[in-house]
Amino acid sequence: MTSTSAAFAKAREEGRAALVGYLPAGYPSVEGSIRALRAMVEAGCDAIEIGLPYSDPVMDGPTIQAAAQAALDGGVRTSDVLRVVEAVAETGVPTLVMTYWNPIERYGVQRWAADLAAAGGAGMITPDITPDHGAEWIAAADEHDLDKVFLVAPSSTDERIAMTARESRGFVYAAAVMGVTGARESSSDLAGPLVSRVRAGGDVPVAVGIGVSTGDQAAEVAAYADGVIVGSAFVRCLLDHEDDEQAGLDALRALTTDLAEGVRRARS
Amino acid sequence: MSVSVPSGPMRYEADERGYFGQTWGGRFMPEALVAALDELTVAWRDAMADEAFVADFERILREYAGTPSRLYHAERLSETVGARVLLKREDLNHTGAHKIRNVLGQALLTKRMGKTRVIAETGAGQHGVASATAAAWFDLDCTVYMGAVDTRRQALNVARMQLLGAKVVPVESGSATLKDAINEALRDWVASVDHTAYLFGTAAGPHPFPSMVRDFCRGIGDEARAQCLEQFGVLPDAVAACVGGGSNAIGLFTAFLEDEGVEIHGFEPGGDGVETGRHAATIHAGEPGVLHGARTYVLQDEDGQTVESHSISAGLDYPGVGPQHSWLSAAGRATYTPVTDAQAMDAMALLSRTEGIIPAIETAHAVAGAIEVAKRLGQEKGPDATIIINLSGRGDKDMGTAIEWFGLGDADEGPEADLAQVEADASSGLDTEAQQ
Repeated sequence: MTSTSAAFAKAREEGRAALVGYLPAGYPSVEGSIRALRAMVEAGCDAIEIGLPYSDPVMDGPTIQAAAQAALDGGVRTSDVLRVVEAVAETGVPTLVMTYWNPIERYGVQRWAADLAAAGGAGMITPDITPDHGAEWIAAADEHDLDKVFLVAPSSTDERIAMTARESRGFVYAAAVMGVTGARESSSDLAGPLVSRVRAGGDVPVAVGIGVSTGDQAAEVAAYADGVIVGSAFVRCLLDHEDDEQAGLDALRALTTDLAEGVRRARS
Repeated sequence: MSVSVPSGPMRYEADERGYFGQTWGGRFMPEALVAALDELTVAWRDAMADEAFVADFERILREYAGTPSRLYHAERLSETVGARVLLKREDLNHTGAHKIRNVLGQALLTKRMGKTRVIAETGAGQHGVASATAAAWFDLDCTVYMGAVDTRRQALNVARMQLLGAKVVPVESGSATLKDAINEALRDWVASVDHTAYLFGTAAGPHPFPSMVRDFCRGIGDEARAQCLEQFGVLPDAVAACVGGGSNAIGLFTAFLEDEGVEIHGFEPGGDGVETGRHAATIHAGEPGVLHGARTYVLQDEDGQTVESHSISAGLDYPGVGPQHSWLSAAGRATYTPVTDAQAMDAMALLSRTEGIIPAIETAHAVAGAIEVAKRLGQEKGPDATIIINLSGRGDKDMGTAIEWFGLGDADEGPEADLAQVEADASSGLDTEAQQ
C-alpha cells in the first residue's frame, strides 16, 4: 500500500473524507512555497499536491495560472519542484506532483520517476495524460512504486472510467465540473453520479475537485467522495497577501482548519 | 529520434490513435475532452466516407470559395530564376487564403454533428476571419480567441470578425499571443463541449485535428497535381510552401507524398535569423516535445517550458508545428528550411514587381525559399524544371507591415531604388542563408 492509499484508508477508518491541498511550487518563492505547504500539512491536509508551473496550463483557471506564471517569472525550475517535494514529504504526509506532460518528457520520464521517488514523492497527477496515451509513465511509475493519479470527467464514458480506475493508483481524480480549475460558489450535480460511476469501475479511492473553497462545501462533497481536493482557494490565500507572508500563512491555516473540519462533519 | 519507418502507401498516415511514424502526434489531452475528440473522430471518418458529405463540401468550395484555384505559370519570375515557377493561387479564394477550405469543412461537419456554436483561435486574425465567415454562412454562433497583443496589432481583422457577427475575446494570459489564444479556446471548449465545436486553425493539436484539417486542405495539392499534369504534361520536380502550424503546406504536400521524384520543401519563419534565437523555425531548431495535445517539434527551454517565437509574419509565429510535418522531416520525405524576415520581405517585393501579385508575408517565406530551390533545379535540369509554390494568401492584410518595412506611403520619397535592387538581386542570387 502506498502512502497515499494509507492516508485515504485512515480517513475512511475515521469515517470521513481526506483533505487534499494543492499549491504550485515556487510561489511566492521556492522557500515560500515550502513554508506554505508545511502550514497546510500542520493545519490538517491529509495529502499534498505540488503543482509544477508550466507555460501552457490549459486546464487551469485564472487563479492558478497567475501563481504559476509568477513562479515561472521568478525562475522556478523542475529541479526546484523536487526540492519542494522533499521538504514537504519529510513531514510524512503523502506528497504528489501535479504536472502537465511536456516538462516530464523533457526531464526524461525514467529519470523523473527515479528522482521523484528519491525525493520522497508519493506519485504524480497528470491532467493532460490519459492512461491510453501514458504507457511510458505507467511503466516508470510501476517500476518506482509511485502513485499514478489519472482524471475522470463527467463526459467520460463508462468504459473509459473503468480503464482509468484500473490504471490509477493512490486515488482517482474526479474533475467534477466541465471547466477549468477555480473556486465556485455552487456545487455541481454532476459530481455525485461521477463518483458512483468510478466506484462501479474499481475500488480505488475517488477524490473530487470541484472548486471547493469553504468548510461547508467540503462537507457537502465529503458526503459522497473519499477525498476533497482544494487548489484555487489555497492559491487565493497567497495571492491576496502577496506582500505579507505571515498574513498569507495565517489565511492558509485558517482555511485548512475550516476545510479539515468540513471533511469531518459530513458523516457525523 | 530514431524510429522505424513503416512501409507501404500508409507510411505517412497516422495510425488509429493519431500517431504518425508511431511517435508524432497522438492525443495528450485532458480526459474531459476525450469524449468530444472521439465523437469528432467518428463524425469526421463517417463524413469523409459519405459521398453526399464530400459532394456537399466540394460544391460549397466551388460555388462559395471559388475553388479549384488556378495553377498559374509565373513567366517573368520563371525567367528571372531559370526554371518554370507555378503558383497555386490560393490567394484568390474567398477571404484571400487557403484557410477557407479548412473552416468550411469543419463548419459543415459541425452542422452534421448538430452543434450550434463554434470557437476558434487566431494569431493575425486570418483564421478568425475565415471562421467568422463560415459561421455566418452556416448560421453558427462564433467566438474567436485572440491574443491581446494581436488584437491591437490587427485591429482591422478584429473589426472584420465583428462585422461578420463573431465575438472576439482578447486573451491576456501568458504571452498574450497565438499559443495563449489556443490555451484559452481549449479552456472554453472544456466547459462548452456539449454544444460547441472547436474549429482548429491548423493541422496541429490533438488527434484527429492534424489529419482532419489535412483532409479539408488537401484539395490544394490534389488540384495542383492534376492541373500540372494537364497544363504541362509533367509532375513538378518540387513543391514548396510556408510552414507555421502547416495547414497550407500539408494541404499541398499530401498529393505528392507518393511521387518519390518530387522534392517537398517547407519553409519555416527564421525571424531575425535562427542564430539570434528570435525565430519560429520549429522543426529546424526545436526539440521533440508535447504542445497543445500533440508530440511534435517544439521551441522549448531545457525544462520543457514553451519558448516565445518570433516572426514578422503573425500567421507563422507559433512555437509548435503540425505533427505530420515533424514525421515527414524525421522520415526524410520533406525538407524544412528557415527563411528570415528580411528574405521574406525581399520576396514579397519581388513577386509584387515581377508578377503584380502581392503575397501574404507568410506566403513570401515560401516564395523566398522556393526561388533558391528553383535556381538549383534550373541549373541541374534546365529551364523546364518545374516547381509549384503554394501561394497560400494575399498580402492586403500585411500592408501596414510593408509600409513600415519598406518605408512606403510617401508619394514624394518612394523606396524606388531599394526595391529595384531587390529585383536585380533576384537574378544574381538572394541571400543564401536560407540554404544553410
